[in-house]
This record gives sequence, C-alpha cells and structure tokens, in this order.
Amino acid sequence: MKNYQDKVHFWGRIWMLSALLMLLGIPLFISSMLGVWPEITPLLQGWFITAVIFWPVTTIEVFTFSPMLGSAGTYLGFTTGNLTNLKVPSAMQAIDALELQAGTEEADVVSTIAIASSSIVTTLILALGAALLFPLTPLLEAEILSPAFNNIVPALFGALGVVFISKAWKIAIAPIVFMLIIFLTVPGSTDLVGVMVPVGVIIALIVARILYKREKL
Amino acid sequence: MEFLNSWWMIALALVVVFFVLSQSLFFLLKAIKRAKTLGIESNEVKRTIVSTMIFSIAPSIAILLGLLTLSKVLGVIIPWVRLSVLGAVTYELPATINVVEGVFSQSIGARITDPSIFVTVVWVMTLGVLPPMIIIPLFLKRIQGRVKKLRHKDQRWGDMFMNAMFLGMISAFLGYVVAPRTDDVTGETYISILAILTLITSALLMVLFGVLITKFKKEWLKNYAVSISMLTAMALAILYAALGVR
Repeated sequence: MKNYQDKVHFWGRIWMLSALLMLLGIPLFISSMLGVWPEITPLLQGWFITAVIFWPVTTIEVFTFSPMLGSAGTYLGFTTGNLTNLKVPSAMQAIDALELQAGTEEADVVSTIAIASSSIVTTLILALGAALLFPLTPLLEAEILSPAFNNIVPALFGALGVVFISKAWKIAIAPIVFMLIIFLTVPGSTDLVGVMVPVGVIIALIVARILYKREKL
Repeated sequence: MEFLNSWWMIALALVVVFFVLSQSLFFLLKAIKRAKTLGIESNEVKRTIVSTMIFSIAPSIAILLGLLTLSKVLGVIIPWVRLSVLGAVTYELPATINVVEGVFSQSIGARITDPSIFVTVVWVMTLGVLPPMIIIPLFLKRIQGRVKKLRHKDQRWGDMFMNAMFLGMISAFLGYVVAPRTDDVTGETYISILAILTLITSALLMVLFGVLITKFKKEWLKNYAVSISMLTAMALAILYAALGVR
C-alpha cells in the first residue's frame, strides 16, 4: 500500500503531464482551427528572447518554491500559476494561522488545501471576469480604485513580512538590507523581482546556517 | 480576427477551466482526507478554506486586471486561458511584447489583427514557460525527499531552513516596494511613498492583530489577520492617494 506522499507524486505526475499536453494542445488547436502556423524564424526569435530569461527563472522557481509549497501544493501551484502574487502567500498565511511548521506533513496538507482553495477562487473570478469583462471594464479601470490594486504587493508583503520577520528577525536583516540596496541603486530593478527571489533565499540560507552554527538563533 | 470570440475559442477556455477546477478539487479532497488522518480538526480545515478564499479575492481581481491589459492586444480568451494555467501577467505580458514589438516591430498598443502574429504569440507564450512542467514530474519527489531528510536529521535546523526560505522571498518583495519606478506618461522616475506607506500600514495592522490574538485571546482573528491587514491597507492606499501621496 502506497503512503500519502507516494500517492501524491503518482497523481501529481499524471495531472502535471496532462496539464503539459493540454498546454501544448492550446496553440496546436488554434493553429489547426485557423490553418495558420507560425513561421519558424519569428517563432524561434520570439521563443529565444523570451526563454533566455524565463527558462532559467522558472527552473529556479521550482527549486525555490517547492519546499515552501509542499508536494501536492507544487503540482497544483505550478499548474495554475500566479505563484509569488498568490499561491505562495496563500500557503504561508494558512500554515502560520494554524501555527504549523513548514516542511512538516501537516503543513504540506494545509498548504495543499490553501492552494486548491485559492486556485478555485482565481479560476472562478477569471471566468466570471472574462464573461463580464465589457460591463466590468469601467469599474476595473476606475481611477479611484487604481491606488488599491497598484499597491497589492506592499499590502500583502507588509502583513506577511511582520509574521515571518518576527519569527526569525536575525535571519531577515541581511537579505532585507541587501535587497534594499540593490532595488534602490539598480535602474529598472522592478523587473528583476523574479530573479531576486532565489538570490534572497540563498542569502537568507547562508545567514541562517552561520547563525545556527554559532548558536545565535 | 472574428475567431477571437468564436465558439471553439470559448470551448477551449472552458476545457481549461474544467481541468483546473478538477485538479484543484481532486487535491483539495485528498488533502482534507489526509488532514483528518493527521488529526487536524475539521473546523480548522473549514477555517483554512474560507480564510484562503477570502484572502485570494483581492489578488485574483488584480490578476483579472492583468487579463484586461492583455485583452487589449490578444482579445479576452487567450489571456483568460493563459492566466488560468501556469500563467502570470509578469510573464504573459513580456512574452507578448517580445513577439509583437521585438520580432514583428509592431506596436503593443492595439489589438493584433494579423492571425500569423497572434498564433506566434500563443506558441511563444506556451514554449517559453515549459521547464516546470518537465522538471517537477522528474525531480519533485527527490527535492521533497531532501527537505524531509533535512528535517529528520536536525529538526531545529530544518525549521530554520524553511523560515529562511520564506524570509528570502519576502526580502525580495520588500526591496521591490522601495524600488524607483517610472511614470508611464511623464517618464519621471520616483520612489513610491504610497507603496511604502501601504506596506507600513499593512505591517502595523498585522502587529495590532498580533497583539489582539496573543494578549486579548482573539483566536478567531488568526485565520483572517493577513487578509484584513491587506484589504484595509489597500483601502487606505485609496485614501492616501486622494490626499496627494504617490
């Protein structure tokens, strides 16, 4: 009899490979229905300038986020996407609310519940939003609401920051100072946030290891 | 480009929505069953589901705003599909710009009217994001095995390791908030005091909720503190902007 984790990996692989086939099926289906196929040179050019950034970034994301999301959470989170702006924070706040420690099986299960619930909400809101986009556009584009939606990242990470920095503030200082310097001094650094997440993780891990070895934690 | 709203494009989107909802429900049910075995109380599971759903509404509307942005170039269906599967507007928009402006030297400001450009965009969007779909089935079991082994070997270090990972991610986003940004209209570069003020507001609210939870035993707040802090800070951002902060 397989244990829970083995079953998760079995079913996760099936779902993920199905998602891969579906993902590849989308352009295949559209090209077939239209009878229009991309020319090889523009396709390779477009793919190259996109993949040169996003292949390494998405590869590193797997190794960065999968320990945070847990097994089933990773299979699900990476299929549905929107990781940094929704799935990872959802998992983080759910694990913290039940006072669980990430990496345990309990946290893994709660993370899965959070990511699944979050995916359902996003999928339904996108479906509803797509169906009602025309009547909703004036509301979504209302000038008065734009400061709220333009500042969702600070609103989200302010609260999450307090939760996690208060748990291990000694580890937090070095990566935060490093990031403040980089983001304040490097022009156009707002586009670098995806790349800087793994950098922050590596710095935090090195600091944590040093402090742990010196028994300062 | 009438096909953008054709029955078969809508059918394609519905298949994707059905797939994502099915996978989410599948893992949700499996996790609920496992939670019961692990002794996690059913009211805790219910609270997690409800609080996460509330928590997800505002970021999902922000994703919908991304759909609105992309729909001006690609119509509604493709952004809907792509933002539902392995998507993020931070990826889909640069991929579109790369093809429309970088390859075909056309402006991103208007809807694509050439089917061959549209098809190329859809192919590039798909092929540019494939690695996780291949790496995860091959390596996730091994990665999770390493994490488990780490905790097994030294639980305290395992806990610190996970905290450090979360803090590394948070630090990058704190840096992002203070980063100078450029006004699309004027081209002026400035540090957004509004963003910093929203961050501080959200953090202070969370501290306040922390006090209410620990000192005044308002346990029910635990599941909703992050959501309430985030939504209140977003609402106050509107007020700050009205007062002239930017």
